[in-house]
Amino acid sequence: MNHRFLVSASGLIVLIAGMLLPTMPAAGQATSAAAKTNGTPAKPYTQPRTPDGQPDLQGFWTNTTYTPLERPKDVNKDFFTQEEALELIKKAAEVEGEQTEPGTILDVHYDFTQFGLDRSQGGFALNLRTSMIVDPAGGRIPPMTAAGQKRAAERAEARKRMGAATDAVQNQSLSVRCILMDRDGPPMLAGAYNNNYQFVQIPGYVMILVEMLHDVRIIPLDGRPQMPQSIRQMMGSSRGRWEGNTLVIETTNFTDKTAFQGASENMRLTERFTRVAEDTMRYQFTVDDPATWAKPWTAETPWKKSIGPLFEHACHEGNYGLYNTLAGARAEEKRAAEGANKPSK
Amino acid sequence: MAVMHREIYQMRDRFRRSTIVPVAMATVLWLCATGAAGQTSTYKAPRSADGKPNLNGIWQALNEASWDVEGHAAAPGIVTALGAAAAVPPGMGVVEGGPIPYQPAAAAKKKENFEKRLTLDPEIKCYLPGVPRATYMPFPFQIIQTQKYIMMVHTFARAVRTIYMDDHKEAPADSWMGWSNGRWEGETLVVDTTGFNDQTWFDRAGNFHSDALHVVERFTATGPDHLLYEATIEDPKVFTRPWKMSMPIYRRLDKSAQIMDFRCVEFVEDLIYGHLRKQPGK
Repeated sequence: MNHRFLVSASGLIVLIAGMLLPTMPAAGQATSAAAKTNGTPAKPYTQPRTPDGQPDLQGFWTNTTYTPLERPKDVNKDFFTQEEALELIKKAAEVEGEQTEPGTILDVHYDFTQFGLDRSQGGFALNLRTSMIVDPAGGRIPPMTAAGQKRAAERAEARKRMGAATDAVQNQSLSVRCILMDRDGPPMLAGAYNNNYQFVQIPGYVMILVEMLHDVRIIPLDGRPQMPQSIRQMMGSSRGRWEGNTLVIETTNFTDKTAFQGASENMRLTERFTRVAEDTMRYQFTVDDPATWAKPWTAETPWKKSIGPLFEHACHEGNYGLYNTLAGARAEEKRAAEGANKPSK
Repeated sequence: MAVMHREIYQMRDRFRRSTIVPVAMATVLWLCATGAAGQTSTYKAPRSADGKPNLNGIWQALNEASWDVEGHAAAPGIVTALGAAAAVPPGMGVVEGGPIPYQPAAAAKKKENFEKRLTLDPEIKCYLPGVPRATYMPFPFQIIQTQKYIMMVHTFARAVRTIYMDDHKEAPADSWMGWSNGRWEGETLVVDTTGFNDQTWFDRAGNFHSDALHVVERFTATGPDHLLYEATIEDPKVFTRPWKMSMPIYRRLDKSAQIMDFRCVEFVEDLIYGHLRKQPGK
């Protein structure tokens, strides 16, 4: 689906403007005083309903964004102007497009701009915010508590003891190992590409298919309790409910393997999906983890309607990159050892 | 079918020299015919919003097809250390109409697969299980049914199938779980799946297929908590004719039933990459 746009980096600004126009009215609202407090669009949007009366979020969505979770340190305002935002996106897209120069990596033709690998080519919602974090003011994750800092230091120490990333498969990140990705979350955050999702709703459940890792979140809406505390999963235990037109998902029972931004496994995550326009959904999440941060903090980012279908992402089955990374490291060690032995012979 | 023949022969023995043999045989045939027809016509499932049979729910097969889709006696497992815990449970099989009709070369390959199953079975490596294997692995799966899409979310390897109900397309590329187009035939959900790669198996016994595999599945509610599952397997590169398996599938009635995480990639990393771990002192 990324082959829809074949453009050069210099043509990106035209492309970006074209893709973003449909979301401009909603995005423009973000600069109004009302939007700064609750993000409500001025023009009331009539939420479609599923046959059983749920607000209808079904369809294909993307959360691709150029907006960082935390506000860059050299930025001192909540919102960019539209011109500033477009300029930043253009620059970022150019940098991504320049990651490879066609024909320079031996016979591999791996042109980001041609194969839709840079973020701008899949379509995305324009966000004028300077950070996803909207609370606390300042747009940055609050300082960790002493307990949080201690845990972070212990984790760093434990990780150091494991050795280099190429020493063992377990030293690689969960995403490199095809176990869990940022897109799964929760919270669900975009990566550099393939930020594609499908929502399917039936009475009692919302299902979110994540293209990456063919991961699925099945959220029960029937008010059942969370899993017992003794059962822990990387994606936790999620339960949902509707608050007006907003899908609210509470997730607990995490493990310490994901540790979102340094959180403990007792993090309590509240996600809110609200469709604010036909083609735009507002995604908010609040991280509540007193063991790490004195106060909860909240972030917000728009999701944009996309097109399907999603194709099977058999990540683990074709993970030659991981195998070759480890095999290459062992081959290097062997070569180095042989080189060291030579003079003595 | 071999089993059924045996049963009929036993009946014949029982009724030998009896004057009612022709009547008994006719009765058996009649029972077979009405039994099969009755499974698809007597029960009418509750309807979904679009008026179709509502197959939503968490389901699971309850048989031994995962070990071998054909009838088989109990057997020891392949990992000595696991003893009886990993032994093969005996099963009458789910294949209809006799043994799987392999072409001669394919029969030899099946035998080799079985002998080398400890290293060749894709399940062991947590690879996507393919179709129909995903349906009868000993894990629950959830059907999430809408008018346009029917999702089947499997516990094992978090395999997911999207059944396209109104936007039928050819598979854009080969994949592990195939590309599924669905339609309703009365009470039955018919799923037509192609676009497979040649990497998946049907069971732990090495029954296999090629990338020419074409599976037509029929899901029919036979009661509030039961589905009849039928899968017709066609693969001209491997079999001499299409063949069929069928089995009941049961609703998970546990109040707390839900599809839980089974991220088995983590469980197989030492198996796949363990030999590439840096050795101490190097």
